[in-house]
Amino acid sequence: MEKALGYGNDLNLKATELRLGLPGTDEVEEQAVSNVRNKRPMPEASMAEECGGNGKSDAEHETAPPAKTQIVGWPPIRSYRKNSFQAKKGEPEGPGIYVKVSMDGAPYLRKIDLKVYQGYPDLLKALENMFKLTIGVYSEREGYKGSEYAPTYEDKDGDWMLVGDVPWEMFTSSCKRLRIMKGSEARGLGCGV
Amino acid sequence: MDSEWKRFRDSPNSEELTRRSSFPDEVLERVLSLLNSHKDRSSVSLVCKDWYNAERWSRTHVFIGNCYSVSPEIVARRFPNIRSVTLKGKPRFSDFNLVPENWGADIHAWLVVFVVKYPFLEELRLKRMVISDESLEFLSVSFPNFKSLSLLSCDGFSTNGLAAIATHCKNLTELDIQENGIDDRGGSWLSCFPESFTSLEVLNFANLASDVNFDVLERLVSRCKSLRVLKVNQSISLEQLQRLLAHAPQLTELGTGSFSQQLTSHQDEELKTAFSNCKNIHTLSGLWDVKAIYLPTLYPACANLTFLNLSYAALQGGELAKLLVHCPQLRRLWVLDTVEDKGLEAVGLNCPLLEELRVFPIDPYGEEIAHEVTEAGFIAVSNGCRRLHYVLYFCRQMTNAAVETVVRNCPNFTHFRLCIMIPGRPDYTTNEPMDEAFGAVVKTCTKLQRLSVSGLLTDLTFEYIGKYAKNLETLSVAFAGSSDWGMQCVLEGCPKLRKLEIRDCPFGNKALLSGLEKYESMRSLWMSACNLTLNGCRALAREMPRLNVEVMKEDGSDESHADKVYVYRTVAGPRRDAPPSVLTL
Repeated sequence: MEKALGYGNDLNLKATELRLGLPGTDEVEEQAVSNVRNKRPMPEASMAEECGGNGKSDAEHETAPPAKTQIVGWPPIRSYRKNSFQAKKGEPEGPGIYVKVSMDGAPYLRKIDLKVYQGYPDLLKALENMFKLTIGVYSEREGYKGSEYAPTYEDKDGDWMLVGDVPWEMFTSSCKRLRIMKGSEARGLGCGV
Repeated sequence: MDSEWKRFRDSPNSEELTRRSSFPDEVLERVLSLLNSHKDRSSVSLVCKDWYNAERWSRTHVFIGNCYSVSPEIVARRFPNIRSVTLKGKPRFSDFNLVPENWGADIHAWLVVFVVKYPFLEELRLKRMVISDESLEFLSVSFPNFKSLSLLSCDGFSTNGLAAIATHCKNLTELDIQENGIDDRGGSWLSCFPESFTSLEVLNFANLASDVNFDVLERLVSRCKSLRVLKVNQSISLEQLQRLLAHAPQLTELGTGSFSQQLTSHQDEELKTAFSNCKNIHTLSGLWDVKAIYLPTLYPACANLTFLNLSYAALQGGELAKLLVHCPQLRRLWVLDTVEDKGLEAVGLNCPLLEELRVFPIDPYGEEIAHEVTEAGFIAVSNGCRRLHYVLYFCRQMTNAAVETVVRNCPNFTHFRLCIMIPGRPDYTTNEPMDEAFGAVVKTCTKLQRLSVSGLLTDLTFEYIGKYAKNLETLSVAFAGSSDWGMQCVLEGCPKLRKLEIRDCPFGNKALLSGLEKYESMRSLWMSACNLTLNGCRALAREMPRLNVEVMKEDGSDESHADKVYVYRTVAGPRRDAPPSVLTL
């Protein structure tokens, strides 16, 4: 278990260290655990006021869960239970179609299995739940009306497409990743360009 | 009676004794023999010398919560007539790989004493102990009356040890092998039960991976007419399950095997019939690889179900909902978070008698999060299940408001274990710490005995715990707190605290030493990845000679840093079987 720097110490010297490169990009994953321990409630609250809701700044990225870094013995699940599910990853129905989902303004991405959803309404509902937003109603002419978010995806050719235009099966086989666009960018895509 | 004569002989002046006590000894012993709870017996033994003696002669079952708190010789000296022993060994965090492999808790030293002092031993129940195949063989040949073996979270043995038990224990009624670090070398151990063997009442091999010989199993089940608990492993198919049920409709607890074979409609009907003949099933588990289309075969057996363990069955919310409609008597439910909030809503709607809920994560490392439960599901359960008093909930997001609502709906929590899997995660809607959530828990739930906290927490959480959690016995803390003050609040404020386990918190020597007088009234304290130093631990060990202070060091850590510390009270002195990586100060 690595010892955190500045543990229990008010001076977070590393943050004021002079160095090249963007703040928050250095050792984010390994330090994320120790940063979390150093976190004081006050700075969190003031950041929330600045950025509001889900729109977190880069600095807050350091409190994001290090999904790739595994902490020993965490979460507290007995080894037996963990192992019995890891063994199931190769299921007979075939592998899932896992795609990354990003949302403008969110600090970290999510991943979903497209195979799990029955169709577009199912998928959109899941995205709404996951990111706590409303996506609006799809129309061929105008894209997603009624909200400032539009779900888009990158297809096999590398183009960014609006979710919903092609039949579901074609979508799941060609979708490489999803991105929930926000604001004017989103509206631009819907305007039948 | 042998024991009575011995007692008479041992007492200094038997006539004087009879004159002094209010009841004749025979009556007192008779009355005390009806006491089962070891806590009651402890209280009884403190009344006076007569009661202490009567109690020790009449005790047949001894419970030892920490195998190093006492030695087998001391136990045998005090209790001459023991038939059943329960022993717990390693600290609980060993379940999560935080305790070194060879730390200790080997049962053998105990068996060696038991074979002399308790030759008629009937039952051994072990949790987090190390037991070798040699020990299992020794056990099986040394105790002719041996009836019942239960191993939970143990390690050090293989299926060869089970073979020895099956071969030699002629009077075996119970073999319960759960979630152990067992070296599985195949299923042939099951074939070691002799054909003449018929006394089995409990058989649980659910967590063993290897195939067993089904014919052998079927014959065993059909000739053991008193079998009431049967939990098979994944190798048993649905078709095989049907045949087992046909032989044992009297079962009260069933653990199925795999629930996913392709059945013909005839086989489906047969299975349904088999389940409908099982009128006494109150506990159901297993259901590995469950295919929801086969769940309706279970429905006829669910009318009296009180405990449903779906923690190895990846069901969707809708599938769970359909099943729960048939389980009106449910008191305890364990599920995976694949059921999502939708499934938990169904729990709230269909299980008004629910007392215990455990929700486990299918994907604890969050590699591919396709399903999870949130605060909404937690609230939904609390709305419908007002009798809920035990919860274990794994999630990735929670809010203070949600927890406040939950405990307002269910103020009777005795066990509240909330695990927000992202360390240090605040209330995701307000970005505030989760202090108020746990504050609400301890303020509202006055009967709270066990608490596990998580999320972003400051010292305020621990101030609340110290101030309000007056019945708290077990507290688990990880990645929380701001300073020594937090831990001090708990040590000063919780009079009934017995077990405190802490990891990755900014608590140091000052906090450790503030509990100097407290630790003798507790079973144990665990602190890992905190701010303790060897000197602090030495100071504790010096002041409190009746505590064992063990320090485990990690490779490459600072010389003076005490990486993992385990403190426990003991009358047996420092242990002599510690490996080199464990320093007893």
